[in-house]
Amino acid sequence: MRSIQILKERKRQIYHKGEEAFEIECEKKSLAGSVSQRACVFCGSRVVLYPIADALHLIHGPIGCASYTWDIRGALSSGPQLHRMSFSTDLQEKDIIFGGEKKLYQALVKLIELYHPNAAFVYATCIIGIIGDDIDSVCRRVAEKKGIPVLPVHSEGFKGTKKDGYKAACEALAQLVGTGSIENRGKYSLNIMGEFNIAGEAWTIKKYYEKMGLEVSAIFTGDGRVDKIKRSHGVKLNVVQCSGSMLHLAKIMEEKYNIPYIRVSYFGIEDMSKALYDVADFFKDNLQIMKKTRELVREEIKAISPEIKKYKKILSGKRAAIYVGGAFKAFSMIKALRTLGMEVVLAGSQTGNEDDYKLLRDMCEDGTVIVDDANPLELSKYCLEKKVDLFVGGVKERPMAYKLGIGFCDHNHERKISLAGYNGMINFAKEVFSSVTSPVWQFAPRKRGGYKA
Amino acid sequence: MLLRHTPDEIKERKSLTVNPAKTCQPIGAMYAALGIHGCLPHSHGSQGCYAYHRSTLTRHYKEPVMAATSSFTEGASVFGGQSNLLQAIDNIFTIYKPDIIAVHTTCLSETIGDDLPQIIGKAQVTGKIPEGKFVIHANTPSYVGTHVTGFANMTRAMVDYFAESNGHKTEQINIIPGWVEPSDMHEIKRIAAELEVPVVMFPDTENVLNGPQTGKYEMFPKGGVTIDELISTGSSQGTIALGGLASGSAAKALDTKCKVPCEILDLPIGIKATDRFVDALRKMAGVNVPDTITIERGQLLDIITDMQAYFYHKKVALVGDPDQLISLTEFLVSIDMMPIHILTGTRDKNFEKRIKKITADIPHEVNIASGKDMMLFHQWVKNDPVDLLMGNTYVKYIARDEDIPFIRFGFPILDRVGHSYFPTVCYRGGIRILEKILEALMDRIDRDSTEIAFDLVM
Ligand code: SF4
Ligand code: SF4
Repeated sequence: MRSIQILKERKRQIYHKGEEAFEIECEKKSLAGSVSQRACVFCGSRVVLYPIADALHLIHGPIGCASYTWDIRGALSSGPQLHRMSFSTDLQEKDIIFGGEKKLYQALVKLIELYHPNAAFVYATCIIGIIGDDIDSVCRRVAEKKGIPVLPVHSEGFKGTKKDGYKAACEALAQLVGTGSIENRGKYSLNIMGEFNIAGEAWTIKKYYEKMGLEVSAIFTGDGRVDKIKRSHGVKLNVVQCSGSMLHLAKIMEEKYNIPYIRVSYFGIEDMSKALYDVADFFKDNLQIMKKTRELVREEIKAISPEIKKYKKILSGKRAAIYVGGAFKAFSMIKALRTLGMEVVLAGSQTGNEDDYKLLRDMCEDGTVIVDDANPLELSKYCLEKKVDLFVGGVKERPMAYKLGIGFCDHNHERKISLAGYNGMINFAKEVFSSVTSPVWQFAPRKRGGYKA
Repeated sequence: MLLRHTPDEIKERKSLTVNPAKTCQPIGAMYAALGIHGCLPHSHGSQGCYAYHRSTLTRHYKEPVMAATSSFTEGASVFGGQSNLLQAIDNIFTIYKPDIIAVHTTCLSETIGDDLPQIIGKAQVTGKIPEGKFVIHANTPSYVGTHVTGFANMTRAMVDYFAESNGHKTEQINIIPGWVEPSDMHEIKRIAAELEVPVVMFPDTENVLNGPQTGKYEMFPKGGVTIDELISTGSSQGTIALGGLASGSAAKALDTKCKVPCEILDLPIGIKATDRFVDALRKMAGVNVPDTITIERGQLLDIITDMQAYFYHKKVALVGDPDQLISLTEFLVSIDMMPIHILTGTRDKNFEKRIKKITADIPHEVNIASGKDMMLFHQWVKNDPVDLLMGNTYVKYIARDEDIPFIRFGFPILDRVGHSYFPTVCYRGGIRILEKILEALMDRIDRDSTEIAFDLVM
C-alpha cells in the first residue's frame, strides 16, 4: 500500500497512544472534500424515531431522503408495522419555487385518514430549511383538525451532524412525554432509553428488568408506542443506553419531571452486569431487587461462561479495529473484545467528543491509534499497519475490511443478531469467531493468514 | 403482513408518495461517475445525501464505494457553497489524488443556486486543479427527474467535457450502455469483441464495482473508461446508445458536438432487442455476425422452445426503470407471458406509449403507469393477482404478503448477490432471465403440488 497523505487539518484528529502527548480535535465539521463516513442530522433523527411503530413518519422533502431510509433498520415491532413504510411529499420543482406547505398539509391529512396513526412525525430535510416552509404551523393545524399529536422534527441535514439529529428527535419526543396519564405507576418503574430493539434487543433487556422486579414503562424507542411514550413521565428512573442518542431527552425529563437518569451499556458481560447493578443500586430501598439482580447476573454468566471460554482460547491475541458512530459504544466494545482475549489496536468514532476520546485513551494500550471522523484510506492504512484480524464497523466499512482480507463484525443497525445482554455476548463471540477464523482467509492474498487449526 | 396497510381501493394521491419506486438523481450521477477510471465522484451538498448514496451503492454491490462531499454547513447554505467546493477540490487532489473529480449537485446546492461551471473555472485559474487532472460536473436536482436522470446527466457531462473530434473518423464505435450492471457492460463488450468491432464504452463500471478480493484496498480500481478514451469518442464513426432515457442525451450531445451519428436503441434485454443491437452494431461497423453469436442466439431460442408450456399466459407484474422495463416487457410478451402490471417511478410519456404498444395484443387488461409508487403497484397486484413479480428488493414485501414468486431485477438489489457477475443483457443474459423465471415458477409448482401430483420430471 502506498503511503497516504494525512491532511494537515486532519492530523490532530488522529492520536497515537504512547507516542505523543494527548491532544485530539473532534466535534469538528468534516473537511470539505473528505470521504467521511458520517451522515446528516436527518439521519440521526430518523434512526431514533423510526422504531415507534404506531406513528406515521412523513419525510418532507424530495424523494431521495425518504427512499434511502425506507426500512433500513432492523428495529423490530411486536405489533404495528407502519414504521416500515416510506412516506414522502416527494417535492417537485414547482414546490421548491412556490413552497411545499400545502402539499405537506394534504399529505398529512390523507395519511392520517388512511392509517389512523397515534401520532405523526414530520421530518424537515435540508431543502425545507432553504425554501422556508413553516412546518410547525402546518403540524399545528393538522393536529387540531385530526386530534392526534403531529410533531415537527427539525432535522435539516446541513444543520450539524447525526448528533444534532438525535437532539431534534428528542425535542419532538419531549412534546409527547407528559401528555398521558400516569396513574398506577409503581414505585419501581423505569424507562429504557436509547435502545432500538435491533434484532429484539430491547425485549431481552426488558426481561432482565422484569426479573429484577422492576416495571418497564416505556422503551425509547424500540418496539415503541405513542401511548407509552405519553405516559412515560411517571417513572422513578430513566436508564439511558450508551450511544447518547437519548441523553438529551433524559435531561429534559430530569428538568421537567425530576426524573434522574443513569447511563449504561448493555454490551459485553462487564457492562451489562454493571448496568443491572447500577439500576438495582438506585432502588436500594428494596433489598429484594438487589438480591434478584445478583441471582440473575450469576445465573446468566454461569450459563454463558463455558462457551465464552471456548472462543477465548482461539481468539486470544488477535487484533481488532473499532470504528463506530458514537464513541460510547467503543468503550463497551473494547471491554467485550478483551473478554474474548483480543486486543484493540485501532479505535475511532464518527462523532466522539473530547471526554470520550480521553476515556478511550485511558482504556487503550500504548500503540493504539485513535481517530476521529476517519476516511477509508486512513482506516485501511492503520488496519494493515497494525495487522488487524477483525474490523468492527458499519455498512461502509464492511467491504473495505473484506477487500483487505480482514474479518468483520457489524455493530450497527444492519446487523441481524442481538448483541445486547448475556446472550448477545455469545452472539458477538460467535460472529467474531466465525469471521476471524473463516477458512476464506487462507485464500486471501494478505500475508497474515487466518486461523489455522 | 408487513404491508397490511395497503388499502385495496385505489384513490388518486397527488401530494404524496408511499413506498417509492425511484430514488434521487445524485445516486445515478455517482454510479455513472464511478465508471470513469480514476474518478472520485463528489457530492456538492451536505453530508447526509452522499452518505446515503454511498451506503445504497455499497449495499447493492457489496463493494467499497468512494465519493467525497462538500460538507455543507449552515453557512454554506446561506452564502453558497463556493468556498466549500474550492476547498474540497484542493483537498481531494492533495489526499486522494484521483485523475478526475466528477461533481454532482444535490437538492440543496441546486436550490441555493450554486453555479458549478463558474466555481470550477475559479478552481482552474487559482491553480487548484493540478496539471493533467480534471473536474467535471452535472446538475442533478432531485426535485426534477429521478436516479435515471442523474445517470443520464453525468453520462452526458462526459461528452460535454471530453469528447473531441480529431478531424477524421476512426473505426471505433462508442457504446453507451445505459444504467446496467458491471456484468452487463462486460457482456456488451464481449459481444462487440466477438464481432471484432473496436468499441469504447462509457461509463464502464466493470472492474470498479465487481472487483476481486486482492488483499489491497484500492481507492481507484482497475476498471473504468479513461479520459483519453472519452476524448476519442468524438472521433468515433458512430455511437450506439442503449436505453433512450439513460443514454439518449449523451448520444445526441456527441452528435451535435462532434458530428458522431448515433443510433438510440432499447437495452438489449431479450431476443428481439438483442437482435436489434447486434444488427445495428453489424451495420455500423460493416462486419458479419460470427457463428458464435448465432449459436448463443439459437441456445436462447432453444430454451424458449423447450419450456414454452411453462411460460404460456403466465401473468407478471413488473416495476423498475423505464429503459429496463420496455425491453423486459417486450421479451416477456415474446415468450407468451402476460405482463399485466407495469409501473415505473420515473415520469416518462414515451414509456407509457411504448409499453402500450408492446402489450397491445395481450388478451388481458394491462395497467401501465409512470411516475408512480410501489403502493399503487401493490394495489394493482392485490386487485388482479399475478403469477410472478419482478422488481428491485423492495418488492419482497409484496411478494411475501401476497405469496407470489419474485425475481429480483433492477436497482437496488440489497439482499442477493449475482447481479454484478451474471448479465441479464444480450442472448446469454436472456438465458439467465429465463432460468430465473423458470426456477421461480417451478419451485412454486413443486411447493404447491399435492403428494400425488408432485412431479420428478418437469
Ligand atoms: S436532498 Fe435531494 S439529493 Fe439529497 S438525498 Fe434528498 S433527494 Fe437526494
Ligand atoms: S438532503 Fe439533507 S436531510 Fe436529506 S439526506 Fe441530504 S443532508 Fe440529509
